[in-house]
Amino acid sequence: MKSMRYLLLLAVFGLVAVYSCSGEPVDAGVVLQRGIPADPETLDQHKARSTQAADVLRDLGEGLVGYSPTGELVPAGATGWKVSEDGRTYTFHLRPEARWSNGDPVTAEHYVFAFRRLVTPATAAFYANMLADVMNAADAVAGRVPAEQLGVEAVDDLMLVVRLERPTPYLLSLLTHPSTFPLHPASVAEHGDSFARPGTLISNGAFTLEAWVPGSVLSLRRNEHFWNDAATALDGVNHHVVVQDAAELNRYRAGELHITSTVPPDNFEELKVQFGDELRVAPYLGIYYYGFNLLKPPFKDNPELRQALSMAVDREQLATKILGRGEVPAFSWVPPGVSRYEPTVMSFATLSREARESLARRLYKEAGYSEERPLKVELRYNTSDTNKKIAAAVQSMWLNVLGVEATLVNEEFQVLLANMRDAEVTQVFRSSWMGDYNDAHTFLSVLQAGNAANMPRYANDEYESLMQRAASQVDAERRRLYLEEAERVMLADHPLLPLYFFVSKHLVRPEVGGWGDNVLDYHYSQHLSLSATE
Amino acid sequence: MLRYTLLRVLGAIPTLLLVIALAFLMVHAAPGGPFDDERVLPADVEANIAHAYHLDEPLPKQFVRYLSGLLQGDLGPSYRYRDYTVSELIGNSFPLSLQLGALAMALAVVVGVSAGTVAALRQDSYLDRLVMACSMTGISVPVFVFAPVLVLLFAVKLQWLPAGWSSASGGARLVLPVITLALPQVAYIARLTRASMIDVLGRDFIRTARAQGLGTLTVVRLHALKPAMLPVLSYMGPAVAAILTGSVVVEEIFGIPGLGQFFVRGALNRDYTLVLGIVVFYATLIVLLNLVVDILYGVIDPRVRYR
Amino acid sequence: MKNRAITVSGTILLTIAVVALVGPWLSPHDYVSTDFDRVLLAPTIADAHLFGTDELGRDLFVRTMLGIRVTLLVALVASFVSLVIGVAYGAIAGFVGGRVDAVMMRFVDTLYALPFIFFVILLMVAFERNFLLIFVAIGAVNWLDMARIVRGQTLSLREREFVEAARLTGVRNRRIIFRHIAPNLIGIVVVYVTLTIPQAILVESFLSFLGLGIQEPQTSLGALVDAGVNLMEGASWALLFPAGLLALILMCFNFFGDGLRDFFDARQAN
Repeated sequence: MKSMRYLLLLAVFGLVAVYSCSGEPVDAGVVLQRGIPADPETLDQHKARSTQAADVLRDLGEGLVGYSPTGELVPAGATGWKVSEDGRTYTFHLRPEARWSNGDPVTAEHYVFAFRRLVTPATAAFYANMLADVMNAADAVAGRVPAEQLGVEAVDDLMLVVRLERPTPYLLSLLTHPSTFPLHPASVAEHGDSFARPGTLISNGAFTLEAWVPGSVLSLRRNEHFWNDAATALDGVNHHVVVQDAAELNRYRAGELHITSTVPPDNFEELKVQFGDELRVAPYLGIYYYGFNLLKPPFKDNPELRQALSMAVDREQLATKILGRGEVPAFSWVPPGVSRYEPTVMSFATLSREARESLARRLYKEAGYSEERPLKVELRYNTSDTNKKIAAAVQSMWLNVLGVEATLVNEEFQVLLANMRDAEVTQVFRSSWMGDYNDAHTFLSVLQAGNAANMPRYANDEYESLMQRAASQVDAERRRLYLEEAERVMLADHPLLPLYFFVSKHLVRPEVGGWGDNVLDYHYSQHLSLSATE
Repeated sequence: MLRYTLLRVLGAIPTLLLVIALAFLMVHAAPGGPFDDERVLPADVEANIAHAYHLDEPLPKQFVRYLSGLLQGDLGPSYRYRDYTVSELIGNSFPLSLQLGALAMALAVVVGVSAGTVAALRQDSYLDRLVMACSMTGISVPVFVFAPVLVLLFAVKLQWLPAGWSSASGGARLVLPVITLALPQVAYIARLTRASMIDVLGRDFIRTARAQGLGTLTVVRLHALKPAMLPVLSYMGPAVAAILTGSVVVEEIFGIPGLGQFFVRGALNRDYTLVLGIVVFYATLIVLLNLVVDILYGVIDPRVRYR
Repeated sequence: MKNRAITVSGTILLTIAVVALVGPWLSPHDYVSTDFDRVLLAPTIADAHLFGTDELGRDLFVRTMLGIRVTLLVALVASFVSLVIGVAYGAIAGFVGGRVDAVMMRFVDTLYALPFIFFVILLMVAFERNFLLIFVAIGAVNWLDMARIVRGQTLSLREREFVEAARLTGVRNRRIIFRHIAPNLIGIVVVYVTLTIPQAILVESFLSFLGLGIQEPQTSLGALVDAGVNLMEGASWALLFPAGLLALILMCFNFFGDGLRDFFDARQAN
């Protein structure tokens, strides 16, 4: 008995001793601690699709173009570019001093290699459509032509030519996306699809991947071969995976994180008081909306009903009372702050509450419903505290203003997504859309017929033709007019119920320098610095 | 003994198969797939992915494919952590969970038995009442209440201990998780020990020992402890299961990349292979553990051997 | 002495159950109405928010009462499920004995080995957190202990004289089980049911923590406690009331079960 107990204790202490000295990356120098909400699913830039993967990839790599801390396009891998008259040929001059983390120079061929891999069907890249406007891209993704026929060419080591199917004014924004970063061909050839691991990943950005403990932390280290390494203030960045908002907040308060990825939804006023300037809230390129299933009753062919439901929602109250973190009530589809665009606003945005509600009631009647014959509808949303709050509020508003009897159905995200795609059981469903690049097109294209992200299944000929015409415009002003008209046409149809525009919210410690609020919520670690702490 | 052991092992195999099949079905029955995301996949891309991971094959075929991989020790790639295989993830996370669990178990036994013994020796005194009250609290308050409270106190307010696993190295970051994990078990074991010890202390042979002039502590150590520990020993099985359950919560709260965490994430993300891999791994492990316990039982109490 | 444990904890439990049933009728609030002007209020007599309000402005007293109902219901039903399965299984194994018993118990032993909490999670994930399924899931994985105990008891009972006598006089097996063995099992079964109830309650609260338990706007004590933990600093009442009641209920069940066990032990000794 005694000996067994001692044995057990001994074994345990042995374990402790072994693991106490386990290989967690030793921090040396100035290291920034950031929180991310989940592990990147992969660091293969072609197979990644989550925001957290993109954030880490932006620290590891660099594309032709980048963003400044305040969201302006700046040269990165390319020093400059020329656009042809017809807007369909871009010539990029690459930076001669650009290097990979193993010292190899970055050449145009590396970009070509990466672009081809992006559109290769076998890669199954989610963001293959980043290059959708490049000549032959669509055909390559569908497998109709080999990827070698993609309209990109390395004229020489430092000159890259990109040929487009149509003028694409927002092409440069697209080229900031990690899926368009170059790849080191020898590395991919040698390691195949597992080239993106610590120790084998060769990156051309400000940092290299030193270690990755899945579920825990990604450790990045300064890339000494980076062409702009002299300007990089940080020696390392640790991205800590923290799933729960509350836990992240605790770690921030305990001094373990310099930057959080988000802020818990409750008690926002308290947080403002407690943290003051450390709390950074900025408009974000994303919209939270309720979609209507346009393929089935009751919303099929019933624009009055849709409009009534839309008007019955008090968006101001939602944004201020329920969310209260600076979210903007949404009366349009495209968020404010998108470059070179003025979103159309729905007609009832300026009405007083009473006027709006009485108009809603009239439309409701016209749609064939009343107190005696109320609309019974299901509102689906995926599990989250915020979603629950909003759904409960909207349910309550519909009931009070119109007498609508809404049932709330809470589903796990994968389930909801499957239901939305099938469009069989859904009636009203919660969804959201985040812009991939800073142009109205990233939002308006969603509602084109045939787009997989078109959850309401909106299909309108006038909308389509306006979008087509916008796509063929070279002149930015003409294009903008067509896009704005398209949005107006779509909003008048009420295929969805915009609720609010997202804001990005972070806690940032005062000693972090170089943080810029921008509408894309990109915060490259290479722009950040840490001043001496206490 | 050998025959007995072998029979047990052989008997476990069909159950293991059943477990795997069950888990396989349940994971695949769950609506939604591993590659769904907030963004929607274009149809051809989706087809490509499904094909690459054999998700377009009929279910029985996928199952057979999985089993044959198992036999070769290949647990498959993780669908959620695409740069890692399931074996790697389990290999990295299991030692952590083991360390956590073993420490918690050790703490629970040492503290629980001591507390229970003290309470039994000072039955109905203040100390006894205190120990009993504490242990009652320990089993009545869920772990996910204790842990945040402790984090708030020790990590945020006092800043004596780290709030997150990845922000420190070494022993300090083990303290809070281990204590939180051990608490309910300490409480339960204390109660068990106390009851059992009271019972043993009342027996004749103890009175004899006392009459022989031996001090209380000596009596306890030499004579009472061993028999009093038997209920605790038989509780070890359920205790392991309880610690396993608790570890899921503790790992989530402290951000520890242990097996429990990966399982829950895997189940919610429909990471089929990871979930199955963990189930298989654990089932095998616990079957082995049971075997060990049975053998130990035979060592401690020879009468058990000849059932 | 131990009777006091039974009576005191029993009374408390009964009181809680009664208040949980009746209380909501006495309150002007319901459990689902949100009120964004009255978010996170501290407990107050005015407005009849005895336990305050939560982050959506819902009355916490009514919600806590509802939570108690749900928690007790889940626990009782789950325990009943595991009781039925466990008793049937154990009684058959114990009574039939021999080979069948050995196989049945071997099965239990190996099932015991399985990480059942994983299966509960998988079940909940696979079947979309069906309310009913929670009971079934918890009950279906908890019956093992009951089966073991019942089997042991049945085995020992089987050897007792009165059973021998009954068999000798030609009484049919089924009769023996029902008339002679079953009544003697009641004691031990009741004790174990009151001891598995706390376990079921904790499993449900654990599922709520993972987001797999009872769904909005319904709630359970576990779900309320989980929500309360996040509000701990700003609105401590949101945690204290549900957690306190949860702890109280668990303690009472434990004491009750202990008391019952002592009672039956004493009776056995005679």
